[in-house]
Amino acid sequence: MTWAWTWYVVALVALNIAGCAWLLMSHSRRRAGDPKPDETGHVWDGDLTEYNKPLPRWWINLFYITIVFSVGYLLWYGVGHLRGFGHWSSRTEWAQEKATEDARLEDTLRPYAGKPIDALAKDPGAVAIGRTIFANTCAACHGSAGHGATGFPDLTDDIWHWGGTPERILETILDGRTAVMPAWGETLTAQGGASAVDDVVAYVQSLSRPGQPADAAAGRGQALFSTVCAACHGAQGKGNPMLGAPDLTDSYWLYGGGKAALHRTIAEGRSGSMPAWRPALGETRARLVGAYVWTLSPHRAPPAEAAAP
Amino acid sequence: MESYNDRVVRQFAVMTVVWGVVGMLVGVLIAAQLYWPSLDFNLPWLSYGRLRPLHTNAVIFAFGGSALFATSLYTVQRTCHVRLLSDRLASFVFWGWQLVIVAAAVTLPLGYTQGKEYAELEWPIDVLITIVWVAYAVLFFGTIARRKVKHIYVANWFYGAYIIAVALLHVVNNIAIPAGAFKSYPVYSGTVDAMVQWWYGHNAVGFFLTTAFLGMMYYFVPKQAGRPIYSYRLSIVHFWALIAVYMWAGPHHLQYTALPDWAQSLGMVFSLILLAPSWGGAINGILTLSGVWYKLRTDPILKFLIVSLSFYMMSTFEGPMMSIKTVNSLSHYTDWTIGHVHSGALGWVAMISIGSIYAMLPRLLGLPRMYSVKLIDTHFWLHTIGLVVYIASMWIAGVMQGLMWRATDPDNGTLVYSFVEALNATKPYYLFRLGGGLIVLAGMLVMAWNVFRTFREAVAAPAPQAVLPPDVSDARA
Repeated sequence: MTWAWTWYVVALVALNIAGCAWLLMSHSRRRAGDPKPDETGHVWDGDLTEYNKPLPRWWINLFYITIVFSVGYLLWYGVGHLRGFGHWSSRTEWAQEKATEDARLEDTLRPYAGKPIDALAKDPGAVAIGRTIFANTCAACHGSAGHGATGFPDLTDDIWHWGGTPERILETILDGRTAVMPAWGETLTAQGGASAVDDVVAYVQSLSRPGQPADAAAGRGQALFSTVCAACHGAQGKGNPMLGAPDLTDSYWLYGGGKAALHRTIAEGRSGSMPAWRPALGETRARLVGAYVWTLSPHRAPPAEAAAP
Repeated sequence: MESYNDRVVRQFAVMTVVWGVVGMLVGVLIAAQLYWPSLDFNLPWLSYGRLRPLHTNAVIFAFGGSALFATSLYTVQRTCHVRLLSDRLASFVFWGWQLVIVAAAVTLPLGYTQGKEYAELEWPIDVLITIVWVAYAVLFFGTIARRKVKHIYVANWFYGAYIIAVALLHVVNNIAIPAGAFKSYPVYSGTVDAMVQWWYGHNAVGFFLTTAFLGMMYYFVPKQAGRPIYSYRLSIVHFWALIAVYMWAGPHHLQYTALPDWAQSLGMVFSLILLAPSWGGAINGILTLSGVWYKLRTDPILKFLIVSLSFYMMSTFEGPMMSIKTVNSLSHYTDWTIGHVHSGALGWVAMISIGSIYAMLPRLLGLPRMYSVKLIDTHFWLHTIGLVVYIASMWIAGVMQGLMWRATDPDNGTLVYSFVEALNATKPYYLFRLGGGLIVLAGMLVMAWNVFRTFREAVAAPAPQAVLPPDVSDARA
């Protein structure tokens, strides 16, 4: 914006405000020759007429007050390149407020820096802050109560695909995780024929129902499982938290445990991504939200990697 | 014998009621969707994002627009003491506008949109609007030019200003490069695009929804009250101040955005200056009732007109207050804005339109009054109660949202609430809002029934009404 534009805007504004003031001034009083207040000169449509009563005094004053205020406001805050007498700008106001708030937040966070999340989980103050961070940052995917959704893990159970130790959880929050289940449809069909994927589905479903007799399909599936799937999910299907490969013997299914959902998972693969929150949250706030997440889980089971082979 | 062209007025009057019912029905549906999101039935054309512009376009341009066409074409003939310039042009304006509305009702649910609020319609429809609008301008100003009285009646100043301003706003805001039959790109970009859009957006409020309806007020209030207008001088001052100042107010929609600070300041101060000119129109209408306040006891039409002016005063006080940066930082993006818009749209615009249609329709049909005056009263109370429930729930919800979004813990400076918690707290108010909307819609259905029965009472083809000769002292050769 050039100075010419500034002066153009200033001129238009001045003209408009001065025009209002002139209009008001020139009509506040009855001028010679004007119709008297109770005179109705013209008639339209048979019976439409007009008085010429004076403008209400309070209304005139209200109008003047807004004009005077506006002129003062613009002088103080400026127009175009013309800085106002108050030297105000939204940027500086924002920067000042942000500096104050950041300093306050730093004071708030300092006592929690570097502490492990299970220790912080015992501090109600830390958990309360973690809860707000969770609600504003994590709830969009994991749900406001942390119950997750299809494709987004439930955080209120004992199951931790990437490991449930305080260090592993913090790592997940800070640096994110990328999980890939490859598409096995073609490989499996080549090895085990047209029903191969269904067979593996049957076997995988049988893993989480121990005690029930396995059918023929599950039997065929088991052979395929041991050659293709066991590499990541383990021979017993117990999973591998280092790879984020889920334990298949529990009853939790991230993408659904029905036949159709499992078929799709196995045949077409899945990919899951937990973003890295280090840039947005910083380490201490990540620890606080981790502490809140820690309180959501009952921690009945020992951390998964301890149980893994 | 020269007679008035009342055919086009009757057509627009009927469509006012039809589009009023349709537009408010869509409003009720999307209000219900906010409470029960599954009411979109997973159909894209029933989704909130597509129906919301359908609702706004239907109530503003179909309902409000038809009311303005009807009353302006009625008023300009009666106060100029002359028939409309051309019957064929009048017919073209009616059918052209209906075509615009139908095109909007089809393309918006299909997802064709420019993404500009109140200017969603794609370029072929914009072109049609421009053609119809120019025809309307020729019809209106051509009739003024042929008038048989020397002085142009005050209502016509307002209608005239509205016609000129809307043409300017519509054309400038919709300049776009077509990229296919139903796709275009605006010539503006970034902050400039936002500024042009809200210059248009706020003046759609200022000229379409305010100036024009003041024209309606200036004919129907003195007519229904049987009293002279309070002050000719006041009408001059507030008319010129209003049309000069409204043009500046748009930036208040963009407080605390990328718009330069000084432009935001201008939007705010001109919105404040606008308070007195806005109230000028309202007090000129209300004081016109001096000496005949008792008529409110028996005339529900007058109740509609006067209560509409009260809501006009209230919303034009609220508007400038919300434009103040500090207040705006609380109110912006909350449901307070929705409440404000509806106190203007349902309180001022709808009530003055409904009152005027009730006043005008029997005269168009050669009847002494509507089929049932009692039903007009019923409609008045339904509308008023529904409206108050609607606005009050949105006020509470809006202020609550604003406070929850900004709340920080005094001990540690962190946010107290998440967005979802504010949404959860709002939910009950969405139910109240739906209730209020349903009551208003019920009132519109009462009106539709009353209008239908009034037409049944009227003779099949009402006799054309002879043009009234002007007062001798004011006659024009």
